[in-house]
Amino acid sequence: MFTGVMANTWITATMVAVIAGVMGFFAVLRGSTFAAHAIPNGAFAGAAGAGLLGLNVFAGLAVFSVAGALGIAALSRRARSDVATALTFVMMLGIGALFVSWSSQYAQEAYSLLFGEVFGVSTGEVLPIIGFGLACIAAIIVMFRPLMLSSALPEVAAARGVPARRMDLAFLLVMALATSMTVPVVGALLMFSLMIGPAAAARSLTARPGLAMALSVVIALVTVWIGIAASYQSNWPLGFFVGVLGALFYLGGKGYAAVRSGAPAGQRARA
Amino acid sequence: MHYVFEPGFFASGPVRVALAVGTVIAVTSAVVGVFTVTRGQSFAGHSLADIATTGGSGAFLIGVNQFWGYLAFGAGAAAFMEMIGIQRRRGRDVATGVVLGAALGLAALFLYLGTQYSTTTGASFTILFGSIFVLTPSTVPVLIASALVALVTVLALARVLLLSSLSPDIAAARGVPVRAVGAAFLMALAVSVALSAVIIGAVLSTALLIGPAATALRLARSPVRAAITAAAVGVLAIWLGIVLGYDSYYWPPAGRGWPVSFFVVTLIVGGYLVTYLRRGERRADPQTPQENVDAEQACSPA
Repeated sequence: MFTGVMANTWITATMVAVIAGVMGFFAVLRGSTFAAHAIPNGAFAGAAGAGLLGLNVFAGLAVFSVAGALGIAALSRRARSDVATALTFVMMLGIGALFVSWSSQYAQEAYSLLFGEVFGVSTGEVLPIIGFGLACIAAIIVMFRPLMLSSALPEVAAARGVPARRMDLAFLLVMALATSMTVPVVGALLMFSLMIGPAAAARSLTARPGLAMALSVVIALVTVWIGIAASYQSNWPLGFFVGVLGALFYLGGKGYAAVRSGAPAGQRARA
Repeated sequence: MHYVFEPGFFASGPVRVALAVGTVIAVTSAVVGVFTVTRGQSFAGHSLADIATTGGSGAFLIGVNQFWGYLAFGAGAAAFMEMIGIQRRRGRDVATGVVLGAALGLAALFLYLGTQYSTTTGASFTILFGSIFVLTPSTVPVLIASALVALVTVLALARVLLLSSLSPDIAAARGVPVRAVGAAFLMALAVSVALSAVIIGAVLSTALLIGPAATALRLARSPVRAAITAAAVGVLAIWLGIVLGYDSYYWPPAGRGWPVSFFVVTLIVGGYLVTYLRRGERRADPQTPQENVDAEQACSPA
């Protein structure tokens, strides 16, 4: 379970979980969950296009996820961000449908791009993934303070002169970078589940941003590790375990928060 | 005429069914979409389509008619989202995202358990991108009936919905049960989206829900006019899309037709972008358009 090809799986999945925990935390905090769904899924169109032209899948994913981030940011200037995201997203998928209809033998690869292929990571793929992952983390560290401020307290950030639109664009671009790295490995759908479930659970457990971010990473790691072990034993897809565990962690966090906020009130009522 | 309509266009059975069903779906989606966009629930609208398709693969697995799987998962997901807090603006995206994430996990499992990858890949593909030309005529009456139920529900709720979307406080003060109205709308949205997803795929379903409504809300001043404009835009896009899809049969490079979803999506997004040109001229208009008022409300702290 921990040898040979599986070692690659563990290393890659751990890297992906760290990225997903950090990016997911900001996505949940900023209310950009839709973008977190749209960019990985829409990037799929780029992979299809790259397959058609015989280019590297990474290149296709990178071009389309960056185009998606730019599209969402541009349309958000004059429309609500959920509408901007929806329109950019359907356009990307529409182009993806066109690419797929042009190439005949793409179906199998499409399945793995949507649902991932984490058990088939080769040693050659591990290094670029770690490189991309470190680049994402470096980008987040560089813009950590303004990003945190503009996500948690948008009004304060605006008053201090943090440019909201530029922060939004920067965040979406890092999301695009993270996406092009993770989608070939874990799949577009799993990446989304892994970003949202743990981050939402962490947010319901604590209101302190730094702690919530750390918790989000920890929960993402635990989710992925349990998921890989369970998937290895049962042969069921990893996506299933990650999706369901994420939701369970969220419900658990909500339940804990309800109990914690309910208990003092009850004591006060008795006193 | 032959340059526009390839020979045999109107004589083709699948084309006729596609045109009829496409029209019903486009009108329903457009009207429901106007409220979806006004209420800022585009993400929920898209997620419900994805989740409904999960139900479809589940139904496929246990051998039930896929349509019921779509409907059951769509309605169930709407109920879940409502329970865990979609009614509050701040928690809305997260509630939607968590439910969507869990459903996508289930989708992976259902497709895996559907054993043969080769066939399920095809199935997952049709589910995602849809194919309007492969409808079975026998399911059409049920589909149309459910679409009408969703449409009538939304129209009956229209006044209170609008009030509770634009200013929940005033609505509550006037005795509108804001949460119940929101839940009823979410249910109608789930039904209409599940239907359009089963027929035209999740991508096109989202495009028809959000695109025409967003375009109409930029152009029209009143909700009624917005709904009518949205319906017209949606119907036009799907008709043109079907005509182009049919015509493209002999186009390069593959020689087997371009997907209708590509044409419809391109037309809808293109139409939306065209409204930007019009707005450029009227920048000095003192009256604040609907959508911007709403955007400001969305940005202000809840």
